[in-house]
Amino acid sequence: MSIPVFAPWNDPQEKPLIRFKNVTKRFGDFVAIDDLTQDIYAQEFFALLGPSGCGKTTMMRMLAGFEKVTEGTIELAGQDIADVPPNQRAVNMMFQSYALFPHLSVYENIAFGLRRDKLAKDEIDTRVAEMLKLTRLEKFARRKPHQISGGQRQRVALARSLAKAPKLLLLDEPLGALDKKLRQDTQFELMDIQETTGTTFVIVTHDQEEAMTVASRVAVMDEGRIIQVATPDGIYEAPNSVYVADFIGDVNIIKGTAKAAGKDKYYVDWGVNQAPIVANSDRPFTEGQDCFLAIRPEKISITKDKPEEAENAVQGEVLDIAYLGNLSTYHVKLPDGQIIKAQTANTRRLSRRDITWEDKVWVRWTTTAGVLLEH
Amino acid sequence: MKRLSPFNITALTLGFAFLYLPMILLVIYSFNSSKLVTVWAGFSTKWYGELLRDEAFLNAAWVTIKVAVISSTFATVLGTMAAYVLVNSGRFFGRTLFSGMIYAPLVMPEVITGLSLLLLFIGIGLDRGVLTIVLAHTTFSMCYVSVVVSSRLVSFDRSLEEAALDLGCNRFDAFRLVTLPIIAPAVISGWLLAFTLSLDDLVIASFVSGPSSTTLPIKIWSAVRLGVSPEINALSTLMIGIVTIGVITASLISKRSSIRAQKDAQAAERTA
Repeated sequence: MSIPVFAPWNDPQEKPLIRFKNVTKRFGDFVAIDDLTQDIYAQEFFALLGPSGCGKTTMMRMLAGFEKVTEGTIELAGQDIADVPPNQRAVNMMFQSYALFPHLSVYENIAFGLRRDKLAKDEIDTRVAEMLKLTRLEKFARRKPHQISGGQRQRVALARSLAKAPKLLLLDEPLGALDKKLRQDTQFELMDIQETTGTTFVIVTHDQEEAMTVASRVAVMDEGRIIQVATPDGIYEAPNSVYVADFIGDVNIIKGTAKAAGKDKYYVDWGVNQAPIVANSDRPFTEGQDCFLAIRPEKISITKDKPEEAENAVQGEVLDIAYLGNLSTYHVKLPDGQIIKAQTANTRRLSRRDITWEDKVWVRWTTTAGVLLEH
Repeated sequence: MKRLSPFNITALTLGFAFLYLPMILLVIYSFNSSKLVTVWAGFSTKWYGELLRDEAFLNAAWVTIKVAVISSTFATVLGTMAAYVLVNSGRFFGRTLFSGMIYAPLVMPEVITGLSLLLLFIGIGLDRGVLTIVLAHTTFSMCYVSVVVSSRLVSFDRSLEEAALDLGCNRFDAFRLVTLPIIAPAVISGWLLAFTLSLDDLVIASFVSGPSSTTLPIKIWSAVRLGVSPEINALSTLMIGIVTIGVITASLISKRSSIRAQKDAQAAERTA
């Protein structure tokens, strides 16, 4: 028996929780969101990833109701929410600055939204206690926000936004203010809480590692458009453009022209006096079309001796070595000046490795190692 | 503690003497038993007793306090509203003009403010009295409140108010439950500023006051024109005392709360 994979986006029967339909948002002449259409499904952990100014925060603020849509519609559970004010949306937001009310205690912060709904006192008590337990804040209920640490404040903000059991929780750079170690722990905590509560999360972040770790799907944005939406592995292994490949992780981009070499296989002419690269691609290319081959450094291996029977092998010289402890990245300069990054796991101690600066080395990769892209 | 150099001590002494010598003289002579203000004839508190029996002065004091409380309350409400709109509404047509206009009374000569208000009150047929002084004081102290409050609002994190909206508040509740408690210190100091401005205003009040509604500054001014009496010294001493107590209390409260905040922050760091 296999566990069913959570992938509502592949199920045509599934109704999305949120639908962006041809949404455009302009601030004066500036187009923040450009004719964007996107579905987000219930219980998803959806990440909006992009550089600052790409429109990800604007998308989130439109969902929360703080910005009005210029054109197009946003639907939440089948209803157009254009005219619903923020205080009447089943959407809550966790702010980047946390926006905790400094004059209220942790308990009162969490109870704030419940009190607005005019719930009975014991109902509020129960719900707040539940939230305090979920976020492990029981001990701090009586403290004021300035009396707790940054990580605790982050959890108060989360508890407060979850207290009203929203259909959709928006998280604006939720971990931006935490240091790296705490951030990693908190990422897993967030995923646990998302799973426990079954709430749909939409997270805005510029940190690609964070997006890859927590999200069920990642949308890479640039200049008001979504460039690609896919699962984290889809984004990483099968980017649809050089922009996405380059934005997520480290990548080598080799520019060339395509030439057919059998079914789903192409030769890429890429340099003078160099044998063409052979690469598999589902994407069709015409004869002589410009193309870009994107290969991740960890999919390139590096050796001192000329490899036998390699599908693609190029000789070069080690220019730089970035030693990261667990990994080393070699920057190999090819005869035409291009630099190829090859990464190896340091499974042996340093003294046993034999490649060093200015060594003549061979880099090689298989035909399926890279992705052939049009733009 | 750094030791003070002779130069610093001289500068300090001269500075404080310049500021406080007149007041000290005034306080000392309020305990003079002689009717002549400049001749010392022994210690006495009789002028304070005289003061308490003087109906006209007590009346004026009562009017002044009434005017100050009412006008500073109105000024605080209006000034806070104006500051809130000007800081938060972003760009709208004529914003620069409006924000400039709200500060114009700060630099307007009081004589002109007083005169124009007088003309207005005569024009609309409003009898001069407590009401007209309240209106006039509200008008001119409102812009001071708005300056104080808007300087606090500029550094106010807008996302706090958005969080309140997000959690189910309407705009008014968000202001009442979140913004107002946070900017309360600025609103209170705005009120205190308006209150003191109203207390010591002479020029505008003398334009718009009627025969039945003399404020204390007007009363003192007119009494002094007939000659300085020790009674006025006593009155002034009382006023200095009240103001001093107010200032010291306010600074003690704010100092204590800042010390507590600092301790709390340190405690939070340790337990983190």
